[in-house]
Amino acid sequence: MKGMAQLLREHPFFSGLDEDYLELLAGCGENRIYNTGDYIARENDPADHFFVIRDGQVAVESYLPNYGALCLQTLHKGDIFGWSWLFPPYLWTFDARAMNEVHVICLNGKCLREKCKTDPKMGYELMQRFARIITDRLHATRMQLMDVYSPQPPPLERSR
Amino acid sequence: MIPALLRIDRRSEEYAGTFTLHLSADDGGALPEFMPGQFNMLYAFGTGEVAISMSGSPTGDKGYVHTVRVHGLATQALGRLREGEQIGVRGPFGQGWPLDQVEDRDLLIIAGGLGLAPLRPLIYSLLNGNWKARRVRIFYGARRPEERLYREELPRWSEVFELRQSVDHADTAWPGHIGVITGPLQMAEVDIQSAMAFICGPEIMMRFCIQALRSKGVAESNIYLSMERNMKCAIGHCGHCQWGPNFICKDGPVFCYRDIQSWFQIRAL
Repeated sequence: MKGMAQLLREHPFFSGLDEDYLELLAGCGENRIYNTGDYIARENDPADHFFVIRDGQVAVESYLPNYGALCLQTLHKGDIFGWSWLFPPYLWTFDARAMNEVHVICLNGKCLREKCKTDPKMGYELMQRFARIITDRLHATRMQLMDVYSPQPPPLERSR
Repeated sequence: MIPALLRIDRRSEEYAGTFTLHLSADDGGALPEFMPGQFNMLYAFGTGEVAISMSGSPTGDKGYVHTVRVHGLATQALGRLREGEQIGVRGPFGQGWPLDQVEDRDLLIIAGGLGLAPLRPLIYSLLNGNWKARRVRIFYGARRPEERLYREELPRWSEVFELRQSVDHADTAWPGHIGVITGPLQMAEVDIQSAMAFICGPEIMMRFCIQALRSKGVAESNIYLSMERNMKCAIGHCGHCQWGPNFICKDGPVFCYRDIQSWFQIRAL
């Protein structure tokens, strides 16, 4: 059975990270399994963790009054989600629900915040990696908003 | 330049505003062969002509298959036609996908929305074993699950090839990926030595897919895309589809990204 540090080492997000940092991070991580329909995170709940998906599919949802849960995107094996632990007020801003059996590595954000404070170099390394993921997610969201497959392109007068 | 009269044998609705026509010669005779990626000019009598990609099998069929989205007057007129009625057809025209280069390659077929139609003849060719790639992955992005083309065929394709579908919007009854197609593409492991990508979809979607492929190290010379412009004569005379030094109808619609990247990046061209 692989240890936590080995599992992290194999993930692209942690690729090239110093061994010492990996060991530190591994100390903040644990394996978890969620069943179909389980909520991994709920909007407005304290965001003390972030997750590395090892297997399964996770729906990122927002609840709309008089409609229900709206799925904004799905995340899959290899994806990472949850960065609300990085910024006050440390609350989840969406729901994350398991669409099938989901295996994750759950990393304790509180524990990581402390380690980043005491070791800013590691903090910077991690921030760079999170910034990349946040940028990719923003880019994808912009593309989604463009509705590129719509039969009606945006009116010309609105495009500059 | 004179259109042949073809009969609509079958018309099927893909989803609202998008339909597929199966055409054959009135006398049941053979029609000119085509290469995947080529197109025909379809003439709705009294209205006009429109360039529509081949979307049927290049072998084994006696006729042509075209998937059309209602957009302008000519496509509206085509959309009103029923089985048994006739249309004028000129073609096939243009340069198709470079199938002669796929052998032993890691082939990435990337389609967005209606862009699956010009890629379907290529997929049929690979299914039939006419051309063999080492590995074939199909990435198909659509707006919604019900706005995917050829829904009844996708399960069969997924048995033979690796098929990744992604829709921009769906409820949770949709078991697949929700999000843009660049997501699954970015997650894919790509052997940059043998990778070859064929892309067709809205231009902006192709642009983002090219960015994703380039960030993985796929060479410009291994990326091919099918361009769409307003084509009229289809033989490079009228200039309607001129794009930089190229005529899309004659030099394309399939281009190697290496050859057109400087034009592709110019706004409003």
